[in-house]
Amino acid sequence: MSCTLNVNDLSFAFAQKTALEGVSFTVASGQCCILLGHNGAGKSTLFALITHLYDSGSGSVAIAGFDVKRQSYQALARLGVVFQQSTLDLDLSVLQNLRYHAALHGMEPGLADARIQEELERQGMYDRRKEKVRQLNGGHRRRVEIARALLHKPALLLLDEPTVGLDVPSRKAIVEYVHQLAVEQDIAVLWATHLIDEIHLSDQLIVLHEGSIRASGSVQEVMQAAKTERIAGAFRYFTGAGK
Amino acid sequence: MNLLHYFRALNGIVGREMLRFVQQRERFASALVRPLIWLFVFAAGFRSTLGMAIIPPYETYILYEVYITPGLIGVIQLFNGTQSSLSMVYDREMGSMRTLLVSPLPRWFLLTAKLLAGTLVSVLQAYVFLAVAWFYDIQPPRAGYLDLFPALLLSGMMLGALGMLMSTFIKQLENFAGVMNFVIFPMFFMSTALYPLWRLKESSVLLYHLAEYNPFSQAVEMLRFALYGQLNTYAALYTTAALLVFLGLAIWGYNPSKGLIQRKGGGAE
Repeated sequence: MSCTLNVNDLSFAFAQKTALEGVSFTVASGQCCILLGHNGAGKSTLFALITHLYDSGSGSVAIAGFDVKRQSYQALARLGVVFQQSTLDLDLSVLQNLRYHAALHGMEPGLADARIQEELERQGMYDRRKEKVRQLNGGHRRRVEIARALLHKPALLLLDEPTVGLDVPSRKAIVEYVHQLAVEQDIAVLWATHLIDEIHLSDQLIVLHEGSIRASGSVQEVMQAAKTERIAGAFRYFTGAGK
Repeated sequence: MNLLHYFRALNGIVGREMLRFVQQRERFASALVRPLIWLFVFAAGFRSTLGMAIIPPYETYILYEVYITPGLIGVIQLFNGTQSSLSMVYDREMGSMRTLLVSPLPRWFLLTAKLLAGTLVSVLQAYVFLAVAWFYDIQPPRAGYLDLFPALLLSGMMLGALGMLMSTFIKQLENFAGVMNFVIFPMFFMSTALYPLWRLKESSVLLYHLAEYNPFSQAVEMLRFALYGQLNTYAALYTTAALLVFLGLAIWGYNPSKGLIQRKGGGAE
């Protein structure tokens, strides 16, 4: 497995407040890596650095071998993102939203339409392509956003708490779908969450707390390090909750 | 990365702005009603009190309505620039600005394309306003409508860039009322949109100078001359310079390493 995301000794501060300190990890293609942390742990800051919304203070981020700071266009072309808040245009149709994204990635219109059909069909949303996003429920909007993030066939898919505010069946469907994607499409997935039940035993796990990594490895390894058989127990152990 | 990519992205950004504009009919209506009220009510009321001398580009005595028409086109573009700025703050709070900024294209290009898209919407609004004004007997020479187009693009870009620059300073939507009071209204009232410079000089030399150096005044004068088939070189150069300054600062503001979004947290935790 080749390493698709490489985060190396990343630190970042807002004015006086340290948001991230010495964060290093890698995600390989075909791997689903869960970034687990409470609200305020630094997950969104880390995502802002990986997506080059901010420039890293120190350390580096590379996507498919391209440094985000120095080769940002090549790096961003290989990145698909689902942000925490929905970023679809509610007054436009599903198709118009997806075509806009394809245009930003410079996709030829014919190819874009074919890819839109492929991704929407895979999630059972193609029949609803002409509906305005405003008419879709939260779960369906998320599906459209995942389809959008995959249109340009990225090597790395970032998801920032994508299931927030969704009902249980929608959450479950998205969790299963993304895990399946990583394996079938050989995509590296980095999924930020604070919900334990979104983790599969086969995932890689990173516990982020107060801006630094407290534990990382396979789910099994993290549980062993915390001397527990439950992920929730390991999470409490590494974040100091309940002490 | 190639030219075709830039072209497709520009097409996508402009297309999205046009679609949004068509969908939001109330935005179109309010953009049109505002200057029409100024024209039909304000100008009609002041017609008798504000006498106009013959000043270029006019070759004869004109009605006050004719004088303020270019100023009102400027107002359409000023408010459109503000509206774009408001939507950028909203987009940043809501996150959709991020979709644009994570595209694999240079940030200066993405911001300029967004600016151009907003400007084209304001150009459309300006022509619809002029069409209504035509029935109100404000009928500049036909060629003027064509000559106005490049001037509208330039003034729209300048005022849009000002809006974009403001959006880098405004952290929350709630702060927007301040922008209206401290930027938009002074800019409008301290300009040649409603009264010529010589009139202002009679009342206050300070106001005269403020209006003279106000970029909005120069944009309005450029539009006024263009509408009558003339090029006001000084006003056009002044507007271009203002565009370059505002756009340069806005791009700097949105730069990931030097910019202001970073200091403001940019919506991240």
